[in-house]
Amino acid sequence: MPFMARITPLEWPVLRQLRSRDSTGRGAAVTSKKTRATKPRTDDADKVVQSICPYCAVGCGQKVYAKDDRVIHIEGDPDSPISRGRLCPKGAASEQLVNSAGRQTKILYRAPHSREWEALDKDRALDMIADRFLEARRRYWQDEDEHGNPLNRTLGVASLGGATIDNEENYLIKKLFTAAGAVQIENQARI
Amino acid sequence: MAECHPVGFQWVTEAKKRGARIIHVDPRFTRTSAVADKHIALRAGSDIVLLGALVNYVLSNDLYFKEYVRHYTNAATIVSEDYRDAEDLDGLFSGYNPEDASYDPTSWSYHSRSGQEKVEEPGTEAEGEYAEPEEYGAGGPSLKHADLAHDDTLEDPNCVFQLLKRHYARYTPEMVEEACGISAEDFAYLAESMTQNSGRDRTTAFCYAVGWTQHAQGAQFIRTAAILQLLLGNMGRPGGGIIALRGHATIQGCTDIPTLFNLLPGYLPMPEAGEHNTLQDYTGAIGSRLQKGFWANADAYTVSLLKAWFGDAAQEDNDYAFGYLPRLTGAHGTYQTLERMLRDEVDGYFLVGQNPAVGSANGKMQRLAMSHLKWLVVRDFSLIESATWWKDGPEIESGELRTEDIETEVFFMPAANHTEKAGSFTQTQRLVQWRHQAVNPPDDAQSELEFFHELGKRIRARLADSDDPRDRPLQALTWDYPTDEHGEPDAEAVLKEINGSYVSGPDQGKPLSAFTQMRADGSTAGGCWIYTGIFADGVNQAARRKPGQEQDETAAEWAWAWPANRRILYNRASADPEGKPWSDRKKYIWWDEKEERWIGKDVPDFPVKLAPGTKSDPEAGGPEALAGDDPFIMQADGKGWLFAPSGMVDGPMPTHYEPPESPIDNPLYGQQSNPARIVFPREDNFLAPSSNQPGSDVYPYIFTTYRLTEHHTAGGMSRFLPYLSELQPEMFCEVSPEFAELVGLENYGWATIISPRSAIEAKVLVTDRVRPLTVGGRRIHQVGLPYHWGTGTDAVVEGDAANDLLGITLDPNVQIQGSKAAQCAVEPGRRPHGKQLLELVEQYRRRAGITVETGNRRLTVPYGESEANTEEEG
Ligand code: SF4
Repeated sequence: MPFMARITPLEWPVLRQLRSRDSTGRGAAVTSKKTRATKPRTDDADKVVQSICPYCAVGCGQKVYAKDDRVIHIEGDPDSPISRGRLCPKGAASEQLVNSAGRQTKILYRAPHSREWEALDKDRALDMIADRFLEARRRYWQDEDEHGNPLNRTLGVASLGGATIDNEENYLIKKLFTAAGAVQIENQARI
Repeated sequence: MAECHPVGFQWVTEAKKRGARIIHVDPRFTRTSAVADKHIALRAGSDIVLLGALVNYVLSNDLYFKEYVRHYTNAATIVSEDYRDAEDLDGLFSGYNPEDASYDPTSWSYHSRSGQEKVEEPGTEAEGEYAEPEEYGAGGPSLKHADLAHDDTLEDPNCVFQLLKRHYARYTPEMVEEACGISAEDFAYLAESMTQNSGRDRTTAFCYAVGWTQHAQGAQFIRTAAILQLLLGNMGRPGGGIIALRGHATIQGCTDIPTLFNLLPGYLPMPEAGEHNTLQDYTGAIGSRLQKGFWANADAYTVSLLKAWFGDAAQEDNDYAFGYLPRLTGAHGTYQTLERMLRDEVDGYFLVGQNPAVGSANGKMQRLAMSHLKWLVVRDFSLIESATWWKDGPEIESGELRTEDIETEVFFMPAANHTEKAGSFTQTQRLVQWRHQAVNPPDDAQSELEFFHELGKRIRARLADSDDPRDRPLQALTWDYPTDEHGEPDAEAVLKEINGSYVSGPDQGKPLSAFTQMRADGSTAGGCWIYTGIFADGVNQAARRKPGQEQDETAAEWAWAWPANRRILYNRASADPEGKPWSDRKKYIWWDEKEERWIGKDVPDFPVKLAPGTKSDPEAGGPEALAGDDPFIMQADGKGWLFAPSGMVDGPMPTHYEPPESPIDNPLYGQQSNPARIVFPREDNFLAPSSNQPGSDVYPYIFTTYRLTEHHTAGGMSRFLPYLSELQPEMFCEVSPEFAELVGLENYGWATIISPRSAIEAKVLVTDRVRPLTVGGRRIHQVGLPYHWGTGTDAVVEGDAANDLLGITLDPNVQIQGSKAAQCAVEPGRRPHGKQLLELVEQYRRRAGITVETGNRRLTVPYGESEANTEEEG
């Protein structure tokens, strides 16, 4: 312990305790230099935004800290009248939702009969999906029912969504599918 | 609630500190039970017996809130003489049609005052047309008008109050003991607690989650609670209500602005083929102009939606492009779509943050159905089991599928998470909270907003020159949203469209501030009428963040609640008929004599100038027809419905049926299970024989499924995270010591749980948290199964999926599957693999003599006079 040598009588624990009015000796009197130099990692953040936990429907407030366009920390938002700064294990683990090693951030494609994934460019993937969407829409198009009532729909495409999709996102999904005549659109909300 | 909504539970703890009594009714003992004043274990699926007995207790001891019930509910309304109760027909209501297992609700109708004419809902006049559940939005069904016959003494034998009394007379504490396994003392404690804590000065609240919804009659479970809460005067008041604890960040938003087959935004129904050929047919069916309340203005909401979607292409002379909308023919829910996939009738499937290979009932059917697709798009954060079943799913191991034979193309599209995009979530109390973007998504990750906007752009570009009329809606679609430099559309621009604006007139382009400003003449546009006001004054109200500590308990300046930033719905009921608070303690909204308006701690949920003493004008219709004591302004008669003359497809009052798989006979009726439930009699969806049917002893135990604090649904957002996986690493089953002894299970050992669909293995947790119950004179054992695990190779932790055990039978009102009570067998040890697994399941089925008819016979009482009781349904 090299710094032991530098201890002066003034650093005598009892004196430190008296000086810092830390009567139980569990606060300032016993903090090391290292502890004193330690800063919360949130200090480094160049951006803090108010957000909401993406797990359950309690809707706890979160503060998301970012540095250099990377999330560095997520904690409870004390201003929220719902959560008053608290998060449960899921909300508290949500930083891993952003940064965990298991996250897949590249598009993958599995061709018919293939045993493996392969890489696919975003632009190409979107074009392929748009083409397939229109083809399936066309193949299963129904103009009217057997009594001649209009149907204007397709049963060739379906969608099942989770319930952590933003309102704005659901709105666009419903709008696009409905205009395309695709009625088989469902959500966790029915499960 | 402490397990699945942990941070919300702090308010229950606060209430307890202030003297509230907490009673937890649940088959298993949880963290909630640990801090409750009392835990009452009941048999999964017996809830209507318990709730019905509480209704009976309140009525037979004259403990209902007289003034509230008389003025605010339909207790006094007279029902048609043709009505026959389940008590008369051994578990059926009048109007049952065995041909298609549905009800014609005509005989459940109200009597009108002007004559003997029944007040039917429109659309039931034509013979043979029955209530279609998918036609109804949140506002409930419509009435032709609201000029109804009453008996204010509540003595007429056909008034709702008397019908209710008669219907629940046999729901006694003894019946509760027999059917639910709850002792007479525990029932008395519950009944006394509730009634003593309800009235002018006190209110009682119910909290529930999918333990009530996931049953073949889940909607009726909640209806029973609604009846009880109306009788006790606990609706529309602070500290009262029936609080749905929804499971996901914005599952409420997913219903409001729905990605559901049967709804358009704001609970407007999707149009039905043949019934809604014109805009007028459609809006008239949602809300007759002559009924009371705000659904009578459905035309303004619909036209505004069509203007928002189709812009200038929506004009008066083309019915505002109403014809562009696709039409339904019955249900097109996720399970019906599954059947179509298995028949090779669906080519493409989008999974958007959803993992049905693990999270939907009958997992094998889900995975096999996906193998029938031409293409599958999975949008998620990680390689969830629904993205990888073609190479590492259970059917690859069992040999039922071979990777090389599977034609399905799979696109995995990485999703942006909640910190990487801006947008709004609607939490469980209708509070819409805006999230700001912190960072940009990495690599190829995109928000749904960007993905679907981009997909729409490409689709529209391909059809730009088409002259095919079927492409017209896509061409006319308003789809120009401003984007940032990464291609991400501006979510606020979408929220503005949802809010709505003036299309013409002096305020053209300005945002609407209330849905009452919407017009049916094409002068306003708005994507979801109940969200109008969220962008009032051009300000994103959902982004408001005045700290809670600087506000009162309503916290009205934190985010924005639909509708109109109102925090408690139907809050006019928090005042007495004269408009005075029921008590000082429960003061919330009241009539201010001087100002001549409703004021209080919240936004009044009532026409703000409508004085308490105002009489109803039966000629008027709409909001103008409301009387000063009609607090339920979205109901067609302004009253809380103890009896539902229409709108529920399986009965006007909730009645107990056994779950489709149950080890006991229905103790109340010959009719064993819900006669209107939706069945899927197929060889991949076998059901166990119920009760005293031969073979039922092969699957003698009940299993129920649930969530754990540390995981989320099918694990897509939790089993891929190291922290959460470490906290709950393994699939397990919870069993009682008595059961462990009976079957030979050891704590930390393995158990194999077998249903007619599949068999799974789980680590054994022997615990007093699960208790055997004595029901119908028999010892009934329940097995508890969390459902978060699935088999694949990419998650941090994997395990067998509880959903593989479940069969598919649906609630006919809402098409939700029963996941909370089913039958199983249990063996000690691990399950076999490969073909042997299939053989084990098959062996049990053979022993039980199961066929596709087993458990799918919906009618189990004699029908009519001449009918034999052999009606088979397929
Ligand atoms: S922190 Fe926990 S309780 Fe709060 S919203 Fe997230 S999951 Fe729900």
